[in-house]
Amino acid sequence: MQGGTAAVERVFREEYGRLIASLVRRFADIDIAEEAAGEALVAALEKWPESGVPPNPGGWLTITAGNRAIDRTRREKQRDAKHQAAFMYHDDTPHVDTGAVQDDRLRLLFTCCHPALAPEARIALTLRLLGGLTVAEIAQAFLVPETTMAQRITRAKKKIAAAKVPYRVPEAAADLPERLGGVLTVLFLVFNEGYLATGDGDPLRVELTGEAIRLTRVLRQLLPQEPEVAGLLGLLLLTEARREARVRNGQLVPLGEQDRAGWDRGLIAEGHDLVRKLLAINRPGRYQVLAAINAVHTDAPTASDTDWSQVVALYDQLTRLDPSPIVALNRAVAIAELDGPKVALTLVDRLPLTGYHAWHVVRADMLRRLGRTAEARESYDAAIAATQNSAERAYLSRKRGELV
Amino acid sequence: MTHYLLSVHGPAERDEYGSYGSKEEMEEAFAATGAFNDKLRADGHWVFAGGLQSASTATVVDGQGETPVVTDGPYLETKEVIGGFWVIDAPDLDVALQLAAEGSKACRGKVEVRPFDGLA
Repeated sequence: MQGGTAAVERVFREEYGRLIASLVRRFADIDIAEEAAGEALVAALEKWPESGVPPNPGGWLTITAGNRAIDRTRREKQRDAKHQAAFMYHDDTPHVDTGAVQDDRLRLLFTCCHPALAPEARIALTLRLLGGLTVAEIAQAFLVPETTMAQRITRAKKKIAAAKVPYRVPEAAADLPERLGGVLTVLFLVFNEGYLATGDGDPLRVELTGEAIRLTRVLRQLLPQEPEVAGLLGLLLLTEARREARVRNGQLVPLGEQDRAGWDRGLIAEGHDLVRKLLAINRPGRYQVLAAINAVHTDAPTASDTDWSQVVALYDQLTRLDPSPIVALNRAVAIAELDGPKVALTLVDRLPLTGYHAWHVVRADMLRRLGRTAEARESYDAAIAATQNSAERAYLSRKRGELV
Repeated sequence: MTHYLLSVHGPAERDEYGSYGSKEEMEEAFAATGAFNDKLRADGHWVFAGGLQSASTATVVDGQGETPVVTDGPYLETKEVIGGFWVIDAPDLDVALQLAAEGSKACRGKVEVRPFDGLA
């Protein structure tokens, strides 16, 4: 079969999160789950290219991996009495989709994003266990050596086992919103790292934006009643829709200068549909408002058609939900369009963000528009020094060079 | 069930009211901690707990050589030290964290949660 291996790997990647999640529930051990999944992949690579992909590949992988895990636990049981306690939790029932909230992937997502784990470990574990990315791929995406990333993941898995980080969706209704917020943060950070990579490699990392969207779609299927999940999905889709137009000739193109014909209309339609439904539900949250702001931008045929008063109104709403200086900075950008850069600069100068590269970018642009060239040049220098992203550096250098 | 050490960290320097500031605050913290201890016992989480004398009363002993070497003072000179601890029994980390939050509020200190590898 032509392309057999690639087909197997594609199916495996799609099924990986579900497979691992179901194995972790049965065997109460992430390492056993990962090894068994790896062995099932080897078996699939041997069989499927000849016999074809089975009608239910996920079921095939689950049964095969489950059998390998049982073999392994039997061997270890005989060898190591200490492990016996762990197998008391055995739950031999196969994975059944008994409803959205019981899906094993949801439990695993809450385990990976547990607040007791270091933030960078949450991101890495989520990509590894639910996204099915290899340690090498994750290390490359975050520009750290593979050994560092492997240690980070191993350490987090060890803590989950030793400290007994629970494998379940938080039960108390009081806990769920906060813990869900932690999960959404991880998915948003994965996306952002892909959309504006911090390092000096590729300015865009499509594998990260794509994975964040895929996992957010899964989360939306699992928790269809949570408006913030739909809000994050809308935000990611409306942002991803502009990706192709966002870098030209290695330079970042800001929203106002993008060729809107290059925007993905399918993603925009899907995002707008989500935002409309959320407005009807009327239980606003941070991601929903951010999605709505992006809906306003993607609704304008040209940059000058943008309804800036609507954007500012949404930022006012966002400020009430999340009164952070970063929100205030973004609001000031919209104020500059509505009330001019002079008013906006006063707002920007008050913010305690001198260590944040976007603050320098915004300030440089406002100073440029006010004709305060010398100060603008200094701000561009500060902004260039504060970012490693090659496309952003190229864009800022050009703007700096155009100052007269 | 897993055993967890909940250690309370606070300033090394103490005055006559410990690290509490005033007699009233100290008495309130003692009463709240007592009530929390009762709850741990009633809910089956209690293993052992205690408050420690100030770190300046500590002595370090190194018995690895031929004769033990005894040194005055805590092992590490730090501004914050362990002031007391609980050993609890809990089904998982979420329960342990919830109890640590209650204990922290009761005794008015930061609490580190650390699982035991086993109890002798």
